[in-house]
Amino acid sequence: MTSGESVTVHASDRKRPHRLAAILRSQMRNIAPFLTLICLFAFFSAASPSFATLDNLGNILTQISVTGIIAVGLTFVILCAEIDLSIAAIANVTGIAVAYFTLQESYVNIANVPMPGWAAILLALALCALLGLVNAFGLTVIGIPSFIMTLAMMQIAAGISALLVRGQIAYKVPPLVSTLGSTSIGGIPWIVIVAALMLLGGHLVLTYTRFGRYVYMVGGNREAAEYSGLNVKLILGSVMVISAVCAGIGGMLGVAHFGSAQQNEFDTYLLDSIAAVVVGGTSLFGGRGGIGNTIVGLFVLGVLNNGLDHVNIDSFLKILIRGLILLAALIINVYAQRLRERTAE
Amino acid sequence: MPSGHQPILELNDITKTFGGVEALRGVDFALSPGEIHGLVGENGAGKSTLMKIIAGVHADFSGRLKLDGRETRFRSVRDAHAAGIAMVHQELSVAPDLSVAENVFLGNQPTNRLGFVQWRRMAREAGEQLKRFGIDVDPMSRLGDLPIGLQQLIEIARVLFSGARIIILDEPTSALSPPEVERLFATLKRLREEGTSIVFISHFIEDILRVSDVVTVFRNGRKVAEAKAAETSKSALIEAMIGKGREALEETYTHDIMLPSPAEKPVVLNASGLSLARSLRDVSFDVRAGEVLGIYGFMGCGQLELARILFGKLRPDQGTLAVAGNQKTFRSTADARRAGIAFVPESRRDMLFHQEPVYKNISISVLDRISSLLLKPSREREIATRQVDQLRIRPAAVELDLGMLSGGNQQKVALAKWLSYPPRLLVLCEPTRGMDVGAKNDVIHIVRDLGAKGLAIIVLSTEPETVLSLADRVLVLKRGAVVREFSNERISKDRLLEAA
Ligand SMILES: Nc1ncnc2c1ncn2[C@@H]1O[C@H](COP(=O)(O)OP(=O)(O)OP(=O)(O)O)[C@@H](O)[C@H]1O
Ligand SMILES: [Mg+2]
Repeated sequence: MTSGESVTVHASDRKRPHRLAAILRSQMRNIAPFLTLICLFAFFSAASPSFATLDNLGNILTQISVTGIIAVGLTFVILCAEIDLSIAAIANVTGIAVAYFTLQESYVNIANVPMPGWAAILLALALCALLGLVNAFGLTVIGIPSFIMTLAMMQIAAGISALLVRGQIAYKVPPLVSTLGSTSIGGIPWIVIVAALMLLGGHLVLTYTRFGRYVYMVGGNREAAEYSGLNVKLILGSVMVISAVCAGIGGMLGVAHFGSAQQNEFDTYLLDSIAAVVVGGTSLFGGRGGIGNTIVGLFVLGVLNNGLDHVNIDSFLKILIRGLILLAALIINVYAQRLRERTAE
Repeated sequence: MPSGHQPILELNDITKTFGGVEALRGVDFALSPGEIHGLVGENGAGKSTLMKIIAGVHADFSGRLKLDGRETRFRSVRDAHAAGIAMVHQELSVAPDLSVAENVFLGNQPTNRLGFVQWRRMAREAGEQLKRFGIDVDPMSRLGDLPIGLQQLIEIARVLFSGARIIILDEPTSALSPPEVERLFATLKRLREEGTSIVFISHFIEDILRVSDVVTVFRNGRKVAEAKAAETSKSALIEAMIGKGREALEETYTHDIMLPSPAEKPVVLNASGLSLARSLRDVSFDVRAGEVLGIYGFMGCGQLELARILFGKLRPDQGTLAVAGNQKTFRSTADARRAGIAFVPESRRDMLFHQEPVYKNISISVLDRISSLLLKPSREREIATRQVDQLRIRPAAVELDLGMLSGGNQQKVALAKWLSYPPRLLVLCEPTRGMDVGAKNDVIHIVRDLGAKGLAIIVLSTEPETVLSLADRVLVLKRGAVVREFSNERISKDRLLEAA
C-alpha cells in the first residue's frame, strides 16, 4: 500500500511516562524477585550484625551451590512448561552410585563394586542420563504428563538408591569429586565455582544457541512451535535429560560436600530447586524467564534460609515463614504473567 | 448519519495510544438504533481498537463515550456487557477445553438454588439456540475438537443470542463458507428489525455493502469517510481506504476465468488414497512444480485435516504420500519440513508466538538454515526486516511483540516466516484471511511469483475468491471426498459453489 504507515510512531517525546509504565509492567517478573532480594537482605542486615559479613556471604554462596547446580537443568524444564519432580531423587541416586563404585573403608557394610575414579564418575553420569532418558521417553513417546512421569521416576530413583546402600552410609567418593565437592581454591570453594560455571553455561546455552531459542519457543506456544516445523518432542526430551544430568552432578558434588552418601539425603532439594526457579520469576507457564532469574531466586532462598538462622526466632516458626514467603513469590509469578498478557492484548 | 434518530451510542474525539504508538486519533463514531454499521479499513487502521473501546476491553483512552445520550465510561468488559454491549472478537476467544454448551453460556450458566450448574438444562438450551442458527452439534462435545469455522459460528451465535442491544462483529465471516455467511446475514437483518444495533467489520467490501445501512472508513487511525451504503460504491470505499488507482484490486470472479492447461513439470507431491476416520475418504491428487493447486470446500469438508496430514501433524488411517517420487511417512511436523514442506495453518492463535518479537516469529522456521549452533540475531533481524518490507507489515518494527500487531498484520507474519528460504511445497490454509484488499493483492502476487519460481503450492480455502485468484487447478472437496476437479477449463464463483 502506498500509504502504508498505519500508525504514527512518535519519538520518545511526550509519551515517555506511558512507555516507562509499560516497560515496568512487562518487566515485573524480573523486577519483583530482585526487590524481594534487596528487601530481605536489608532486613537481615539490620536485624543481625553477623549477617552482612564477608564470611557469611561466603556461607550463603556455599549453601546455595548444590541447589544452584540442580536448578540449572530444572530451569530448562520449567521454561518448556514442564516439571521435573525427580531431580532430588536422581541427585541422590547419582551421589550414591558414585560412592558405590568407589572403594569404601572396610567398616562400611555395602557390597560395593570398586572401580577407578574416572569409571565411577562416568558410570554415575550414565546412570542419571539414563534416568533422564526414561523421563524423556515417558513424556514424549508414551505421552505421560511430566508431572506424573517424574513422580514415578522419583520413586524409581529412590528405589535404586535403597537397593544400592541398603540402609547403610558410604563415605568415600572419587578424588575428583571430593576435591570439587569439599575443597577450596584461593579461599573459594570449588563447589561454588562449579555452580557458577554451570549457571553460566546454562545461561549461554539458553541465550545464545539455537537450542536455547527452541526451548523458549516451545515453552511460549507449543502448537506454534510444532507448526513451525520444530521437533518439539526432541526438544522436550532433551530438557528432561539435561535436567537429570544437572541433578546428577549436583548429587555427586553434594555427597562429597556433605561427606556421606545415604538414602533420602537430598529430599529438601526438590522443593528448594523448584522454589529457586519460580521465585526468581521464570514463568510456570513456560517461555519466560531464564538462568538470570534462577540466580536471583537462589539468592532469595539462600538469604532467607541463612538469615533466619541469624535472627532470634522460634525455629519452628521459621518453616512457616519460609512457606509464606514462597507463597508470596508464587503469587507475584502468576500475577506478572497476567499483567504481561494484558499488555500484549 | 441516518436522520431523525438520536444515536444509541456516540463516541467523540477518541484517541488511543499503545505505549508511544497511536492507534486512533480524534475519531468520532455514532451508532443509531436498529442500524447495521459497516466498518472498513486497511490492516492496522484501528477498527478493532475502536470496537474494543466500546466493548470495554480498553478502558484507558481519551475522548467521550455516550450511551443513550448519557456520558459513560466502561471500566471492563463486564461493565459494557451490563450496558447491553456484546462483541465477537477477531481472534476466536472461546474456551477450547470447555464443552459447546458451556461456551454458549460462558459466564452465566443456569444454576439451581444451591449454585450447582444445571447441566441437562444447559445442554438442551444451548442445543436449541444453536439449532435456531442452523448449527447441528452435540452440545456436550469439547469445543476445541470442532473445526475452527464451527467454533467461530458458535461464538457468533452466543453473542447474537445474548440479548445485547449493541452487537459488534469483528470480521465474523473470516472462517465461514458462503452458506453460513448467508445465514448470518439473514440473522443480522432479523435482529435489526427487532431494533438491535450492529457493527460489522469485514474486508469483504461487497458483503459490507450488501448488509449494512451505513459504512465508515478508517485509515491510519482516523475516520476518513462515512456514507450510506446505498449511496456509495465499492470503488469509492477502496479509494477512501487505500488511495486512488487501486479500485480494481478486488476481483469479483462473477465472470468466467480460464484455467491454464497443466504444464509438464515434475510431480512434487503425490497423495493417494488418503483416508482419515470420518473426515477424509480416499483423497488422491498430484501437485507439480510451479503449480498452484486450489482445494476448495465448505467448512467441515475435511480440508483442514487434509492440510494437517500433508504437514505431518495428523497421520492418515490409510493412503500414502510421496514427495518427489519417494514414499514418505511423516512422524512429526519436523519430518515434513525436512522433506521440504511448509505450512501456514488457518488459525493465528496456533501458529504464532504472541509474546515474542516479530523477528523471532519470522526467523523461527529458518533458524537451522542461518545458524548451526549459535544464534545470529543480526542476520535474523535482517531476514525479518526484508520480509516485513516485502509484505508491508505495519508497524514495520521487528522488535515489537507480535501480540501488538493488528490481526491482518499477524496473518502476514505467519506467511512471512516461510518466505526467506522457500520450501519445495507450500501448504497454505486461508492465506489471505483477515487481510485488507491491498494486502490480499500483495499476497496473491507473492504466491504467484513463488509458483513461477518453481514451487509447488497448495491453497486450501473456504473463500471462493481466494482459490480463484490463486489457483491454476482446483479440487472441490465435499464431505471428505474429492467431488470435482477443474483443470484447463472455464471456472467462476458460481460454478465452484455449485460443485461444492
Ligand atoms: N495491544 C496493543 N499494543 C500495541 N499496539 C497495538 C495493540 N493493539 C493494537 N495495536 C496497534 O494499533 C493499531 C491498530 O490496530 P487494530 O487492531 O485496531 O487494527 P485493525 O484495523 O483492526 O486491523 P486488522 O484489519 O488487521 O484487524 C495497529 O497498528 C496495531 O499495531
Ligand atoms: Mg482488527
